Amino acid sequence: MIAVIDYGMGNLRSVQKAFEFLGFEAEITDRVADLDEASHVVLPGDAAFGDAMRNLRGGGWDEAIARSIDRGKPFLGICVGLQLMFSESEERGQHRGLDLLPGRVRQFPATERVPQIGWNQIAIQRPCAILEEIPEGSFYYFVHSYYVEPARPADSVATTDYGLEYTSIAQRDQVFGVQFHPEKSQDFGLKILDNFANLN
Amino acid sequence: MLAKRIIPCLDVKNGRNVRGVKFSADRDAGDPVELATRYDRERADELVFYDITASADGRAIVMDLVTQVSEQVFIPLTVGGGIRTFDDIRQILKGGADKVSINSAAVRDPEIINQGAESFGSQCIVGAIDALRRPDAPADAPRWQIYINGGRTATGIDAVEWVEELVDRGAGELVLNSIDADGTREGYDIELNRAVAECTEVPIVASGGCGSDEHIYEVLTDGKASAALAASIFHFGDYAIPDVKRFLKERGVVVRE
Repeated sequence: MIAVIDYGMGNLRSVQKAFEFLGFEAEITDRVADLDEASHVVLPGDAAFGDAMRNLRGGGWDEAIARSIDRGKPFLGICVGLQLMFSESEERGQHRGLDLLPGRVRQFPATERVPQIGWNQIAIQRPCAILEEIPEGSFYYFVHSYYVEPARPADSVATTDYGLEYTSIAQRDQVFGVQFHPEKSQDFGLKILDNFANLN
Repeated sequence: MLAKRIIPCLDVKNGRNVRGVKFSADRDAGDPVELATRYDRERADELVFYDITASADGRAIVMDLVTQVSEQVFIPLTVGGGIRTFDDIRQILKGGADKVSINSAAVRDPEIINQGAESFGSQCIVGAIDALRRPDAPADAPRWQIYINGGRTATGIDAVEWVEELVDRGAGELVLNSIDADGTREGYDIELNRAVAECTEVPIVASGGCGSDEHIYEVLTDGKASAALAASIFHFGDYAIPDVKRFLKERGVVVRE
């Protein structure tokens, strides 16, 4: 079972529906204990970084996520869920993140329209399990004002160009994160979710 | 590069899609679920469902459609029309929409934008306006007035000042509907889009007046819009989305094919 973490932030139903459409069992859960039963863990998010971290810590999700990753369960952060995986964010003040990957979350420069809303392309930097059968230059649906800057270049799997080239997919071991919304990105988005759900 | 977006808009009344001409619904354009599925296949970049009955019954019908469509269509869905309260926003998002388009309600009570953005994030709060050119403004310095209640009630509010306020309050995107152009199929109000694009940072969706692929090209380039919303040119099969995207690409506009 794929657990979609409900920590009071964002439209979770669309993530669940996408997995169900692909034939996987996915449950939206607000119970930390459910992560122990899950085979895969998904952290979505549309909210402000600071509020999201407060809810994750308040609910004990930070420890439960770390535990599930220690047990080798595949983990996927989506949108703000990707940003939360990093060490710290400068979104409205300084906030500590889950620190699953070292690096920072930064605001887009004012040279482009912010938020970035719409379909943008990925440039694949290295092979990655969730990119199986995904063509170079595929378009994904993005909505965000902040981006991640991994401290280790090797954690950056794909980049996207919006005023600057930033990391749009990050990964290390079984920890994956995507800045875009795969559940809103038609066939190539669904393929990423399918690849993730098929990981052991 | 970020692609320019093509967004078909389904005006829904009594469970059918209808086309608007200067805000009056006059022609049946088919089953909305069927249309939505077709647009998804044609790689529309988003879909907008607009409840033109704007009553409790109308809302229930639109939400039922959105729920059905969202089971099989994996692109962003926006719902607009008749949103009055914060609770309306909550219910629409809960029903499977990704964004809510708020128009008259924001003029009556601008706090609804702040509340929506703070609770659900700016990314799902779309500030929509209906704007009419002021006949008293000089041709080389046009100005627009905000209308509410489906274009029936003048407010005296200046459109450019109003969209700045919408963005300050937390709207993450703007839909600019020109009442002058709406339903005419003679082209978007390019100057309206450009005037707003030059004073705000958020993406702008142009609406009203689309009659051809040339019009879409014009508003995405000269008009500086990030996206073009259109209804009848797609519903009646005059243009197919892939053809419009090809037309734009050949002219150097970045699109997702």
